[in-house]
This record gives sequence, C-alpha cells and structure tokens, in this order.
Amino acid sequence: MSVISRGFGGRGSGSDPRVPPGQYVTDDFPVLSAGPTQYVDTEDWRFDITDIDGSRTTLTWERLMALPSEEFTVDIHCVTKWSKLGTTWRGVPVSSLLDGLGTEAEYALVHCYGGYSTNIPLEDLLDGKAWIVFEYDGGELDPVHGGPARLLVPHLYLWKSAKWVNGIELRLDEQLGFWESLGYHEYGDPWLEQRYIGD
Amino acid sequence: MNHPDDFALDGNAVAGPLSEIFGVDVTSIRVTCEDCGATAPLARVAAYVRGPGSVLRCRSCTSVIGRFARSRDSIWLDLRGSTSWQLRATS
Repeated sequence: MSVISRGFGGRGSGSDPRVPPGQYVTDDFPVLSAGPTQYVDTEDWRFDITDIDGSRTTLTWERLMALPSEEFTVDIHCVTKWSKLGTTWRGVPVSSLLDGLGTEAEYALVHCYGGYSTNIPLEDLLDGKAWIVFEYDGGELDPVHGGPARLLVPHLYLWKSAKWVNGIELRLDEQLGFWESLGYHEYGDPWLEQRYIGD
Repeated sequence: MNHPDDFALDGNAVAGPLSEIFGVDVTSIRVTCEDCGATAPLARVAAYVRGPGSVLRCRSCTSVIGRFARSRDSIWLDLRGSTSWQLRATS
C-alpha cells in the first residue's frame, strides 16, 4: 500500500493540525461584507471606549499610532469555511487600550463605521488575544479588508474581527451583535465549530 | 468622495432563498425603507451575499432593510429596517 501525501495548501486540508474542523485552506483573501466598504480618513478616525458607567475615552489615529504596536503572524478562520494560514499583521493590543480603565465589565460590544457590531467576552480581548490592526502583509490595511483599522481576534471566527472599528462598548451583560442576533453563535470558537446558536 | 461599491449585487441575487422563505415568487415584492421611506422593487435593492448571511440595503440611504441567514436547521429573518413588504396576492 502506498502512502500518498496530500501536499500543502490544497483544499480539504483535513490532516493539517492548523486547520479547524470543517474548514479548507485558501491562499486568497476573500472579501466578506455586510455592506458598502467604508472609506474612513485617518484624520477623521475616532475610536470610543465606553465603560459601564457611561464614561468615554476617545482615541484619535495619532494617539493610536503613538501606542506600542507589534507585528504578529496568525491563522484566520472564516465561518464560511475558509481558513488562511500564516497571515501577518501589525497592530496595537486591545489590552493596552483597556488595561488602565479598571473596568468591571465582562463583555464587549464592538462597534464599527457602517453600523456593524459584534459581541465578545472581555477576557477574549485581553492578554494578547486581540489587536486593533492597521497593517496587513507589510502594507497599509486595505479598506476592503477593514482599513484603516479593524479588530483582529484570531482565535474566534473572523466575523468577530470586525472591520472599520470605531468603538468598544463595555458591558456587564452580553448584547448580541449583527450576526450573533441572526442565528450565529454568541462565541464562535472555530476549534469547537461553534458556527450557529446551539453548536 | 464617492467610491465604487463592488460588492453589492441587485436583489435578484437573493430571489431564490427568499422565494423559499415566503413560498412565492418574490421578484415583484416592493420594499419600503424604514429610515428614508424610499420604496423599490426587491430586484433593485442592494444585496450583500458574500458573508455569513445575506444583507439587503436601501439603494437610497444604504440602511439595512432586511437580513437573513441559514443555520443548520433554521432560516433566520430580520426585516426590522423596512416599513413594509408588499407582495402581490394571488386570487
């Protein structure tokens, strides 16, 4: 009996430990969107962090750029079943935006230019698990992929990595976001294949 | 500054799944946007279908006028952004 390697990078990479169940690997970077591409000038860009008491901290682009950023390489997984391996980004860890607040919140509702939203437990945004990214593959993040800045939470399905982010609303309770309120899983762990409510 | 929106299809792109939901041919449905009041045939609304679900938006103001998605055993429908959907009755 011969042993035949399936090779690298092809569809149906079921034996690749980097690929969650039900996913296939693509070399493309598909554009998924729930609305028109948002074109936000960095001079106009604002990012509001609203705590549970209503207090608000507003970040400008200049302030974001002044924060320590890091380059990192991660795999990303879309609920529409494609995964893209070894993607390189640059961004500011979300924890560096939130650590000084001393918030008692347990959940975050992430808001975006264009009206999109997604809910994430706060602990999933901290400790180096999420970034506000503004570079992809060494260049400015293209608006079709969420530029000038998007959230990146690579350990969850990519609908959580909201494009064109403009704020985080910190909450005590979990308010469902755009897709989570339409049948998609409230958490979205690709390794547990949490695509839909009840998974 | 206006930019081309390459990702919006016309409403015919969702005629198949919506006809499955409503059980009728939906191409003649007229939808009224709750935000701006514009009324258009379904075929002329903007449809974004490359995502976890499909999103219908008003061509006049880009507000969401309907969303639907299919999970393992359900179809989810949200029409909160529209004032009305006028379907032609069969007599």
